[in-house]
Amino acid sequence: MVTESNSNSPPLSAIANVEDESRLDLASDKIRFRRKLRHLYDRSANILIAAGGIGVIVAILLIFLYLFYEVIPLFGGAEFHEGSQLQVSTGDSGQALHLAIEEQAEIAMRLDNAGNIVFFGMEDGALVSQVALDIPADFTISTFALDTESNGVFSLGSTDGRAIVASYTYETTFSPVDNQRIITPAIEYPFGDDAFTLFEGASLSAMALRSSDDTLLLSGTNEEGAISLLRISQQQSLLSAFGLGGNSGGNIEVETAQIDVVSLNTQQMFIDADQRWLFVIGENGLARLMDVRAGFNGVVDNFEIEAFITENAVQHTAVRFLLGGISLLVADESGTVAQWFLVRAEEGFSLEKIREFSLADRPIVALSPEQRRKNFVAADDAGNFAIFNTTSNRKVIESRLSDSAPANFAISPRGDALLVEWPDGNFQTWEVENEHPEVSWGALWNKVWYESYAEPEYIWQSSASTNEFEPKYSLVPLSFGTLKAAFYAMLLAAPLAICGAIFTGYFMAPAMRRKVKPLVELMEALPTVVLGFLAGLWLAPFVENNLLGIFSMLIILPISILLASLVWIQLPRNFRHSIPEGWEAAILIPVILIFGYFSFVIAGPLENIFFDGDLRIYLTNDLGISYDQRNALVVGFAMGFAVIPTIFSIAEDAIFTVPKQLTYGSLALGATPWQSLYRVVLPTASPGIFSALMIGLGRAVGETMIVLMATGNTPIMDANIFEGMRTLAANIAVEIPESEVDSTHYRILFLAALVLFMFTFVFNTLAEIIRQRLRTKYSTI
Amino acid sequence: MTIKLAKWINKGTPWIWFNAGAVAISIVMVIGLLLLLAVRGLSHFWPHDVMRANYAPPTTSPELQVTQVIGEFVESETIPAIQIASSGIPVDETQESYRRDLLKLGNRDVTGADFIWVLNDFVSDIEYPANLITLERREWGNFYGFITEVRENGNAVASSNPEQPGDDTAWNAFNVRLQRALSIYDQIFEIENDEIGQINYQMERLRLRERRLEIDGENTPEAIAAINADRAELDEQYEGFQLQLVELYESVNRDTAVFQAANEAQLEIDLADVVLAYRPNQMGFFAKIGAYGHKLGEFLTDEPREANTEGGIFPAIFGTVMMVMLMSVFVTPFGVVAAVYLREYAKQGIITRTIRIAVNNLAGVPSIVYGVFGLGFFIYILGGEIDQLFYPEALPAPTFGTPGLLWASLTLALLTVPVVIVATEEGLARIPRSVREGSLALGATKFETLWRVVLPMASPAMMTGLILAVARAAGEVAPLMLVGVVKLAPSLPLDGNYPYLHLEQKFMHLGFHIYDVGFQSPNIEAARPLVFATALLLVIVIAILNLTAVALRNHLREKYKALDV
Repeated sequence: MVTESNSNSPPLSAIANVEDESRLDLASDKIRFRRKLRHLYDRSANILIAAGGIGVIVAILLIFLYLFYEVIPLFGGAEFHEGSQLQVSTGDSGQALHLAIEEQAEIAMRLDNAGNIVFFGMEDGALVSQVALDIPADFTISTFALDTESNGVFSLGSTDGRAIVASYTYETTFSPVDNQRIITPAIEYPFGDDAFTLFEGASLSAMALRSSDDTLLLSGTNEEGAISLLRISQQQSLLSAFGLGGNSGGNIEVETAQIDVVSLNTQQMFIDADQRWLFVIGENGLARLMDVRAGFNGVVDNFEIEAFITENAVQHTAVRFLLGGISLLVADESGTVAQWFLVRAEEGFSLEKIREFSLADRPIVALSPEQRRKNFVAADDAGNFAIFNTTSNRKVIESRLSDSAPANFAISPRGDALLVEWPDGNFQTWEVENEHPEVSWGALWNKVWYESYAEPEYIWQSSASTNEFEPKYSLVPLSFGTLKAAFYAMLLAAPLAICGAIFTGYFMAPAMRRKVKPLVELMEALPTVVLGFLAGLWLAPFVENNLLGIFSMLIILPISILLASLVWIQLPRNFRHSIPEGWEAAILIPVILIFGYFSFVIAGPLENIFFDGDLRIYLTNDLGISYDQRNALVVGFAMGFAVIPTIFSIAEDAIFTVPKQLTYGSLALGATPWQSLYRVVLPTASPGIFSALMIGLGRAVGETMIVLMATGNTPIMDANIFEGMRTLAANIAVEIPESEVDSTHYRILFLAALVLFMFTFVFNTLAEIIRQRLRTKYSTI
Repeated sequence: MTIKLAKWINKGTPWIWFNAGAVAISIVMVIGLLLLLAVRGLSHFWPHDVMRANYAPPTTSPELQVTQVIGEFVESETIPAIQIASSGIPVDETQESYRRDLLKLGNRDVTGADFIWVLNDFVSDIEYPANLITLERREWGNFYGFITEVRENGNAVASSNPEQPGDDTAWNAFNVRLQRALSIYDQIFEIENDEIGQINYQMERLRLRERRLEIDGENTPEAIAAINADRAELDEQYEGFQLQLVELYESVNRDTAVFQAANEAQLEIDLADVVLAYRPNQMGFFAKIGAYGHKLGEFLTDEPREANTEGGIFPAIFGTVMMVMLMSVFVTPFGVVAAVYLREYAKQGIITRTIRIAVNNLAGVPSIVYGVFGLGFFIYILGGEIDQLFYPEALPAPTFGTPGLLWASLTLALLTVPVVIVATEEGLARIPRSVREGSLALGATKFETLWRVVLPMASPAMMTGLILAVARAAGEVAPLMLVGVVKLAPSLPLDGNYPYLHLEQKFMHLGFHIYDVGFQSPNIEAARPLVFATALLLVIVIAILNLTAVALRNHLREKYKALDV
């Protein structure tokens, strides 16, 4: 190959010239040009190959960097960017009752205590429209209540005990001319524009309302402490169903609840999202709850639950529902906000304080919840603003936006804009950059007390159908599942692979070794999707039907191997010597086949004797152990199968390459082969075996298809071998195609990938370094 | 004896045997798995005999309910009596266990379920009538029954009595007409898929061209007119094909046949719905082999039917091959250049050693991580950019900003590049120094030495690396699920429409096919044999690739052993 000459190559033609002219003219133009050209080629090849090589290596590094790049924003905080100062001509209409921002953060609305609503642009404060609410002439507003910012339903109560219900909505159209978005605000009366009477002649001092599609609960209290509760339902007429009925809707039906309790000095009232509990907040932070459904079936004559939502004589300053209408946020004058919700107790419910957030040490003046996420904004009387997330228990940002208390403020539905009204009647906007408030170290790795749960728990539940859902991003169940699967896989693979490697590397006859090695390599190359498919569709039902057979095999096979070896030494010497040493494994194959089959045969009678005929049914019915068909046992078998060749090859390599003179020395000193293996070869090869185990573990941890197909993929935390799990890798495969790009969920899945990457990379690197050291050690012996 | 036993223990023999047992168990597991795949996968195509029997399961009601079952025997198992009893069937619980058989009844349109478990003890009158017919259909799965009548436009042209096994009049007429229907069906298929598919594709291109002109502000009346002219022409062609299709459909729907299924149920089946018809009970061994070959061929070359649970897997094979070939195009030059750089050009030191370890370890990084990278970086970032720059006319529908063939190949190239680097480096390391020095001493430059001497000698090692990479890529599914495979691709990524190779298209893949059919299909029992066959095919392909690589490597080692001396 080397001697193959090429007559076109320049050096050879130069030599040919020498022979012809017997004088070598190295300076001839032609040769010089050629030399330059060759030099040029060489140099450019140097550069190209270096560039290519470094490029490939950089590209590989890029994976790591890119994963980081996607993950880092998760842990970044939020930012306020100052927007514009707005001068809004709200007229001289007086104090604001409510301030809100429309979805696109283009238009804001302000409702004042004279019943006027002003819609104005968020950019420039320009008036978009001004509406006077349709209130009766003798109606003097005494109180205001809001259902939620998302549906915009609110109610105004009067000094004579009446209330009107209205809502603000926005309609988006696109201009036919230039396709520009046009947002038109409107005021609607979803339950009719007539006033509802809560008390005859008595002034309303506090109100609450909660609406669903066609029913509205409206509650109020007066100075005497009486509580009135109305259920207003709307029969959908065909016209209104098609949006043709105008504001008045269909027929309005009003029911009154029988309430026979008095609550003096009520400051605020709330109704939860299920329209079940009425929260009455009184003096000294006493919260009292009644079950309003009972009021429509009979008479409510007491409060079911009572609790003080502030302590140590600290006055509460603002109370709001968090998004979802489950958690109550209570702000106080010491600058803390507490989250409370109902927790199922032994009997009924109790109102529990879940967690606390602190702003500064100044009294908090108001709270405003976001409409998509479990975030809320709090502001104190020194002009400090902060955004908190309840799930991650995190203060995302705190900033002093002014020196004085805001008169009013609102956060936009998408949480990207903040509008503040100052006491002097001017407005100011801030752009809010707050992408991933739901994530904190605690939310990912600690127990979190999620809404409506009885206690803090580890839960992975990334998405649901509603906007009000509280995403649960605990990586603990997934990591647990990953380790569980890897553990059971290693339980099968480690002994089989290492024992197999010892025999193959040390005892096995070379002829047999040459056949076994390719077989193991083939085993390594089997696609995991095939293993997963066999595990899920063939092995899982098989194991379920032959559970006892599997377990009896674990006992019978080792015994049968021992027996076989005992029988073997009793055989006549001549026969034994006809088979050379190192073929024990081949002799054992039929033994294993026979006894393996035998374990399934005797499993039937054994089951009849000990387990009422069926171990599987016995487990669930008598022992109460739940059994999934696709469980950790099945995964252990399938993934063990996938991991065996990895461990086997590396461990076998480590054992086989132990320098032979060590063994010979030991044997020469009179040690038996087993003793030399145990005392000499294994200690020498043990770092290699260890690194084999680590690489095997790395493979088990990152394996996707087998777990995906052979488990139920439920993210539960249970070490039970008969139940499934969900691993990090399978979770990524299941969820990432559906997750929205750059959302929190998406980035958390990237975080999971990064965790997998780091884990396996670190383990493999350690293993590789150990192996390299071993190699140098061997080469010096 | 006791001495022997003591010696036995002292010598550590039991431990040695335990270790040997581990090897034996591993061997049994591998071979068992391969055999299981082979038996289940290959038996799928065998034309099994179809039996007819009476089944009278035990009931609590006084009347015995006897039903006739016609179907193929699939498998049987022994289960404890109490397990049957607990499911509500009043069996004799003193008997320890029962044998239960799984029968494939087919006829999903008649019976609803196409599989049934029967207790073997209550099956009687088993017979294998010679004139029982198995039909493979385009819809509703297999049909088993007797032919009674063949009809043309609703009028009977031939009839047979199912109780007379020798009466073949209807069967012969049916076969003749079936051949005709099949050939017409082929024409229909060609028009629908090739001709009309091509027209649709061109229409879409016209729409995109128009949109592009609009975006660029070049939508002059002439350009629009030209597009409309093309469109009118295509419309006309389309109309022509449409007419042909109507005619062909009319002609293919001419014939029907009446069949009698179990329990004397009558069913009229369009011949256009039949793919294959045979009478397994009458076939001899060689006839069965012939049918087997036919079905195997169909499996390898046909399109899938019935949500992938029947028919062939050709698109999946094609997609896998295309993806692997594209991947090789990416992975070979980059892997080789990186290896050459590391081994021949870079300064050997701590940095190269670190890089080598890092590259080695990348092979152990979970493949799903590569999938995540491919999805985020290639598809959303690179693909999104490409769409903005080159395909604005298709937006908001993404062209390259969505999983596809190109991204899948690139992702897998990244996944397998360590394999190629490691193998090539090993090959380079094995080339004796003397060879290089000889070349340099003769005055060759470093590049010339590399190009003319070193690389040719290392080419088998590169080949080994490539084969191993291909084997790994062919079996990988997890990353592909994120970057490009689909359960059913409407067209192949390589076809007769310009630009012929559609890098942005999604494709089908053998491995994903196994996952999808095995775990996502509604009728898993019916799909299972097909999945076994697919899995077997995949394993065979990968085994061959691997064994080739191993053989190449060994050959290489032998060769350089000789050179070293």
